[in-house]
Amino acid sequence: MASASRAATPLLKDELDIVIPTIRNLDFLEMWRPFFQPYHLIIVQDGDPNKTIRVPEGFDYELYNRNDINRILGPKASCISFKDSACRCFGYMVSKKKYIYTIDDDCFVAKDPSGKDINALEQHIKNLLSPSTPFFFNTLYDPYRDGADFVRGYPFSLREGVPTAVSHGLWLNIPDYDAPTQLVKPLERNTRYVDAILTIPKGTLFPMCGMNLAFDRELIGPAMYFGLMGDGQPIGRYDDMWAGWCTKVITDHLGLGVKTGLPYIWHSKASNPFVNLKKEYNGIFWQEELIPFFQSVSMPKEATTVQKCYLELAKQVRAKLGKVDGYFNKLADSMVTWIEAWDELNPPKGGVATANGPPKK
Amino acid sequence: MRPPSLLSLTLDSALLRIAHIADLSHLPDHLVIDLFRVGTPRGPLPLSTPARPPRQISFGVIASLEMSSGIQDSEVDIVIAALQPNLNTFFEAWRPFFSRFHIIVVKDPDMTEDLKIPTGFDLKVYTKADIDGVLGASSINFSGHSCRYFGYLVSRKKYVISIDDNCLPAKDTAGSTVDAVAQHMTNLKTPATPFFFNTLYDPYRKGADFVRGYPFSLREGVECMLSCGLWLHNADYDPMTHVVKRNQRNTTYVDAVMTVPLGAMMPVSGINVAFNREVLGPVMFPGLRLRNEGKHRWDTLEDIWNGLCAKVVCDSLGYGMKTGLPYVMRSDAEAGKALESLKEWEGVKVMDDVLPFFQSLKLSRTAVTVEDCVKELASIVREKLGPKNAVFTKAADAMVEWNNLWKSHGAHHA
Repeated sequence: MASASRAATPLLKDELDIVIPTIRNLDFLEMWRPFFQPYHLIIVQDGDPNKTIRVPEGFDYELYNRNDINRILGPKASCISFKDSACRCFGYMVSKKKYIYTIDDDCFVAKDPSGKDINALEQHIKNLLSPSTPFFFNTLYDPYRDGADFVRGYPFSLREGVPTAVSHGLWLNIPDYDAPTQLVKPLERNTRYVDAILTIPKGTLFPMCGMNLAFDRELIGPAMYFGLMGDGQPIGRYDDMWAGWCTKVITDHLGLGVKTGLPYIWHSKASNPFVNLKKEYNGIFWQEELIPFFQSVSMPKEATTVQKCYLELAKQVRAKLGKVDGYFNKLADSMVTWIEAWDELNPPKGGVATANGPPKK
Repeated sequence: MRPPSLLSLTLDSALLRIAHIADLSHLPDHLVIDLFRVGTPRGPLPLSTPARPPRQISFGVIASLEMSSGIQDSEVDIVIAALQPNLNTFFEAWRPFFSRFHIIVVKDPDMTEDLKIPTGFDLKVYTKADIDGVLGASSINFSGHSCRYFGYLVSRKKYVISIDDNCLPAKDTAGSTVDAVAQHMTNLKTPATPFFFNTLYDPYRKGADFVRGYPFSLREGVECMLSCGLWLHNADYDPMTHVVKRNQRNTTYVDAVMTVPLGAMMPVSGINVAFNREVLGPVMFPGLRLRNEGKHRWDTLEDIWNGLCAKVVCDSLGYGMKTGLPYVMRSDAEAGKALESLKEWEGVKVMDDVLPFFQSLKLSRTAVTVEDCVKELASIVREKLGPKNAVFTKAADAMVEWNNLWKSHGAHHA
């Protein structure tokens, strides 16, 4: 059964990078200072590279604008979106840490029902450091939480769980609705604090939101490609969805876990629903084809690494979704480019990813 | 606060009478949207909605409201298994929530003492004599927690809600007493969404909806057949966990209802459960009986087995199962005694045998009714699990026997 760990959550300050995409400013970091200051930030500046983004004093950060992305990736920079927060995945690629936490610049510290500020990062770390349980649903949710456990009937052989690859947090105040729902319910606010973390069962897809997301870069990093969105693309606001579906299919195949639930952040800005509708329009219809596609994806046994799984996925995207729209051929190409770029920037430890002989272990 | 306008008064008034309005097609579009916006997620919508392709205004709740209809009190039976003789405290505590309903109390056939039940309920008690009288010689053992299932058999209602007799109403985080009956009814009358996980949990709850990225074609949901509730204080643990964590009490009130996704297996606890008896009855059986099954919940797996079979059937037939609210407050009465059960607790071995079986189970496409599914399930159990442990052969027998009993005694409705 689960052992209750009463030790303090490790800070992991040398093992975690916080990736923030931004186009305006980073004033929101002031509110996060007590929780974020120990960590290294990777800021991905979207939009006009000539604009200077002001980072509040006292933060340790590296900042990349479009010029940097083009310089570092060369022709492979084509896989990184422009004028869309999807560009954040460049931050995942250049990070050298084991864990990533990504947050939007309109997300602030939320309060729990007792009025206490929620340290979202600490909760994400807890989620990532404790196992997931994708093979059998636990009705008391996360069995590794203090005060909970596996319920009667939960098979003992499954109580060790599997490593957690992704921790998906939620949002109070402005909920993450699509444009049509925003239009019908412009005043709805999420005020319900659901005090649970749970593993999304194997074989179940979910809509992964990139606003408040943490993952183990070593376990699943290459799958976190946020696709081709924004400028020059026929679709927007589906970057995190795409990454989530790819990630879930791969974690299911590799026996890793995805959690959702706590922590909550406070989402302050409601984007313009008419602008959103324009961006999402294709996505709303395409997702009807995408979901059956992802639900029926099967990975060959030989796909034993994330990169291999992802390249296999790209192949299937081209084969099965190319006929939905030519966009998916482009996307499949950029998925391959992404993996090439990832492997170039992240050679296997102790090895060099050049053609001169196999990388040393 | 703005004073009401003629239009807002009209909309409010229309909403009150919405059940009687057969046709909205004469309303201008913007008024329909306002009506939906004001109305979600209250109450049912008439089946005939304005002439628009459903996709354009199938905003989750709206489309699903077409499917939901209120559950009448007269469609519900509350079934209580009496494993202790004195039910005064139990019924008095539940009176505000039970008194509207017809109640079936089934007395554990092993119990010799007389039952003490307060008056003022529309209530019928069934005893060993009734069980023997109605069923004659049945191979199914209805003693202990399994006596409830007799209640399911003789009920004539569409829905059944069943709560263990050591559970009292719980309080939510605001301090209000939870009406577990009403919450179960809400869970059963609103659709389930097993094909895609909604990260804001139940999209039909007030203040929630489907999130971005949730396919529109899946927002109608499917009918919910079973609602599995939870327990504060004394949680439903196996005996090992009870012993190791003897002082742990469940104090976390998780304010959510969610659908358990297609293909995911779950342990359905019989402590606090509700289901659509009309449809699911044939699979709500006491199939698996541990060799040393006792009167404590941790001595049983009948509900777990029942739930696994029900989930397989629901997955196969396109129905949904929910878990989460409502909570009940479960007393400590049993918590201290788990050590005695540890020596011979067969549950560990059984569940580890059962797991790979259910993971690879797929019922044939030709099984299109619950009865067909149960028949097929029983024969697969006999074939694949029987050789591992005699307890499974007996379970298969019980499943077949239940199917027969259901045909002769259960398959009637009011």
